Order: sequence, then C-alpha cells, then structure tokens
Amino acid sequence: MGHFFSYIVEPGLLSSGPVLTALLVGTVVAVTSGVVGVLTVIRGQSFAGHSLADVATTGGAGAFLVGLNQFWGFLLAGVAGAAIMELIGVQRRRGRDVATGVVLGAALGSAALFLYLGTQTSSTTGASFTILFGSMFVISPDTVPALIASGVVALAVIAVLSRVLLLTSLSAELAAARGVPVRAVGIAYLVALAVAVSLSAVVIGAVLSTALLIGPAATSLRLAKRPSLAMLASALIGTAATWLGILLAYDSYYWPPHGHGWPVSFFVVALVVVGYLLSYVRRPSRDRRVPVAAQAQEEEGACSPA
Amino acid sequence: MFSGLMLNTWIAATIVAVIAGVMGFFAVLRGQSFAAHAIPNGAFAGAAGAGLLGLNVIWGLAVFAVGGALGIGALGRRARQDVATALMLVLMLGIGALFVSFSTEYAEVTYSLLFGEVYGVGSNVLLPIAALGAVSVAVIAVMFRPLLLASALPEIADARGVSTRRMELCFLIVMALATSMTVPVVGALLMFALMIGPAAAARSFTKRPGHAIALAVGIALATVWIGIAVSYHTNWPLGFFVGVIAAGFFLLGQGWAAIRRHWSAPRPASALGSATA
Repeated sequence: MGHFFSYIVEPGLLSSGPVLTALLVGTVVAVTSGVVGVLTVIRGQSFAGHSLADVATTGGAGAFLVGLNQFWGFLLAGVAGAAIMELIGVQRRRGRDVATGVVLGAALGSAALFLYLGTQTSSTTGASFTILFGSMFVISPDTVPALIASGVVALAVIAVLSRVLLLTSLSAELAAARGVPVRAVGIAYLVALAVAVSLSAVVIGAVLSTALLIGPAATSLRLAKRPSLAMLASALIGTAATWLGILLAYDSYYWPPHGHGWPVSFFVVALVVVGYLLSYVRRPSRDRRVPVAAQAQEEEGACSPA
Repeated sequence: MFSGLMLNTWIAATIVAVIAGVMGFFAVLRGQSFAAHAIPNGAFAGAAGAGLLGLNVIWGLAVFAVGGALGIGALGRRARQDVATALMLVLMLGIGALFVSFSTEYAEVTYSLLFGEVYGVGSNVLLPIAALGAVSVAVIAVMFRPLLLASALPEIADARGVSTRRMELCFLIVMALATSMTVPVVGALLMFALMIGPAAAARSFTKRPGHAIALAVGIALATVWIGIAVSYHTNWPLGFFVGVIAAGFFLLGQGWAAIRRHWSAPRPASALGSATA
C-alpha cells in the first residue's frame, strides 16, 4: 500500500519547498475564488471577473517596469479597473458588457506598452509569458502573508454582504424597495471580486484565475441549490483541482517529452472543465426531467419555420 | 512611412479595421463582447499548436477559433453564455500553455501572437487576409437582415421563424474565421479592442444600423491609422495606441450621448414660457 502511494505521489513531493508554498497559496486562491465565483456566476459577471484578471496583470507589468512589488501592482490595477468599470458601466447588463470590454481593451493595450518597455530596459523576454500564464512554482515565500491577508479581506466582504448581495442579484427592484443601497452593494462586491481575482492572477496567472473563479462555481451551482452549500462545494472543488493539478504537474517530469514538466495551469484547467462537464452526466433527478423536456419541446416548436 | 513593408502594414491594417468595424457592430449589439475577446484570444493556442507541428499558423488559428465558437454555441445551450464562454476560453488557453511549454521559442512567439506583428506583414499574407475578410463581410451582408432582427429583437425573430440559435452559431463562426486571419497581423488582444471600442462609440452617435456600421468602420479606420502613424514615430507598440484611442472614441461617444440626453430632456415650464414671451 505504501509502495502504491509512493508511486502516485512522487517521493520528495511534500519535502520540496516550492511545492509546499504552491500547495498553501493554491489552496488560499482556490477557496477565495470558489466562494467569490459563486456570486459571480449568479450575477452573470464572468466577463468582468476575467477582465479584472487581465487588468490586474497589466498592473503587474507596470509594477515590474517601475520596480514596485508586483503584488501591489496587481491589486491596485484590479481595484482601479473595477472602479472604472462601475463608473462608466451603464446599469443595464448590455451596457456593462461594453464598459467591461472597453476597459479591458485599454488595459491590454497598456500591457503591450509596459511589456515592450520592460523588454527594452531589462531584456527579459520571458516576462510576458510568466505574467500572463503565471507560475505557481516561483512564488517568493515573503509575499505569502500579504496574499493570505487579501484573501481573508475578500472573503470577509462577501461574508458580511452575502445575504444582501444574493437579494440584489436575484431582484434588484425588490432589494431597492427594501431600502438596500443596490449600487453601493454592487461596488463593494466588484471590489471584493477585484481583490480575489488579482490575488489569484498574481499567483497563478490570468488564465488560471478565470478557470478557478468560474469553473468550480458553475459546477457547484449545478449540484447544490442553496448558495451557502454551493460556496462550500465550489471551494472544495477548486481546492481539489488545484492539489491534483500540482500533483500531476510534479509527476509529469517523468512523462514525455523527457525531462520537461507539463504546466500546472494546463492540468488545473483541464480538471476544472472536466469536472464541469461531468456535472451534466449525473443522473437527472425526477423533478428536473419534466421542465427540461417541456422546454426542449417548446424550443423545437419555436425554431421550426412558421 | 509609406514605403516598402510599411505599405503592406497600412493595407493589412485597413482591411482588419473594416472587418473589425462590421463584426464589432454585431458583437456590441448582441452583447457578446466576451465572445469577441475569447475567440481571438483562445485561437492563439491553436497557433502555438500549429507551430509545434510545423504547420502554417493560419490553420491552427482557424481550427481553434472555429472549435471555440462551436464550443461556446454548444455549451451555451445548456448553461449561461458567459459561463460557457469563460470555460471555453480557459480550456483553449490551458491547452495553449501546454503547447507553448513544449516549444522552445515561446517568448517572442507568445508576444507577437498576443500583441501582433503589424510591421512584419509580407506581401504573401495580404491576399489571404483580403480574401477571407471579403468572405466574412459578404456572409454578414447576406444574413444581414435576419441577423439584425435576431440580435436586436430575439423574441420577434423567433416568432417570425428566424432561428436565433442558428444565427448565433453562424455569427460566432464568421467571427472565428475573420479572427483566424487577423490575429497574426494585429494580435489577439488588439483585434478585440478594435472590435468593441469603435462599434460601441458608433452606437452612441447614431441609432440607425446602417449608419452605425459605417461609422464603426470609420472610427476603426481612424483608430488604426492614427495608431500606426504615432507608433511609427514613437516606436511604441501599436497595441497601446489602438487600445487607448479606441477607449477615447468610446468616451467621446458617451459624452455625446450625455449631452444629447441633456438637450433633448423636456425643459422646465418657466423656461418655455420665457422663450415664447
């Protein structure tokens, strides 16, 4: 049994410093993203969540350029991006879509400039890859406390606001009628999202950040109906995908092509997407079957030419 | 500034701007900015894969762009569209990260595919770009009326027998085709900026679809042309100027809409009285 275990978990995995840091930080990120992600999916703001990761990345590139700590660059740009989106975003969903797109476009343009200037000054061409895709195994341990602290802040905001947020997400009119400051709650949520996303973007890159924000949350919302339960499930799924991804990436040094590990981000993304697809093949429960069939029939009728 | 390779740059950028203006109008009208971001960005993974196999980059881009469009369409039937788009995007980029890690020349390739290589456009690329661009615009022109109806008033389109779902799939596939040939020129990230900013700006200047498309193309052209001229003189990347100028046009449009709202708002009765007196 012990032999079998050491076959799956390569000897030395748990005694390697970078791997332990990656596991710790990956867990913090997965839990924060998982909880915030449930609200993001409910509110239909996946695009904002993804864009903030890219905007934060631009901040990271800028910080790299002026020699600041990258983490603060990510955080500042993420929060500023959220504020600008809210400022120019029209309240309707479609206006929000365009506002997010314009902020994202401008941020990506600036990223191009920062990376260009960065390569001019320091000739490290690998920076654009590392910043966009991140690398869990190169986190310096001294940023870990700041990472954990900002994760806790994001979770605290969500915990305090979760009831109000759910109400405004499901019916803004009802919330407004009950005296909830809908706009202020929306801004607070967007800032929490920005903190969570820039936290994960700095650690695991913009790509993986979106994967951990949306994938586990969308999966858990298909499995659990109660939001609190969904948040718990989402955090667990995200953590499991991260750990398994790190494990597989560590093992992959022994896979072809030889002497070359596969990237962690690939494994985590693949696991998250497979998990989401698996949530569709579960046995359909009885109360769902009827509406789905009725809906299919209705849609079939609507699509056929009159 | 207008000689040799630079001439190719001007021509390629002009073609790309026309396509971006037309596609962008529908992307903004349909609220599919996220798909407009995800398809070019995810297609970049295909380019990395094609590079690994020694194929022409265009094939990799086309396969991944169309695959991404089909995936968004298929997943979007069962789930919310933004969730489907996000998952397809990360899946393609995750595969891209794998491909890139296998290749040896990743840094420059990544940068140029994401941010474009507009100053290295060869004459042999111009013809395929122009041909695919003409096809994309022609397809949009053929399905213009049903697409417009399905985008602006989906319920009425369904009632009239226009399948909104089929329209969406067609639109995403055309966007994927248009994307696969523009990405090597302007880069995945800029194609997006060029689609959304000008189209969103145009919509705040005019409500009529024909005018808005023409204006979107005009603004996209202005953005790219100004961008190239400034970038040529400063040596800074074109992407920066395109992103910032497009955002500037959008803000201009927002300002214009605000002024118009202010002026067309009903005046107080006292003001009307004093005006007639």
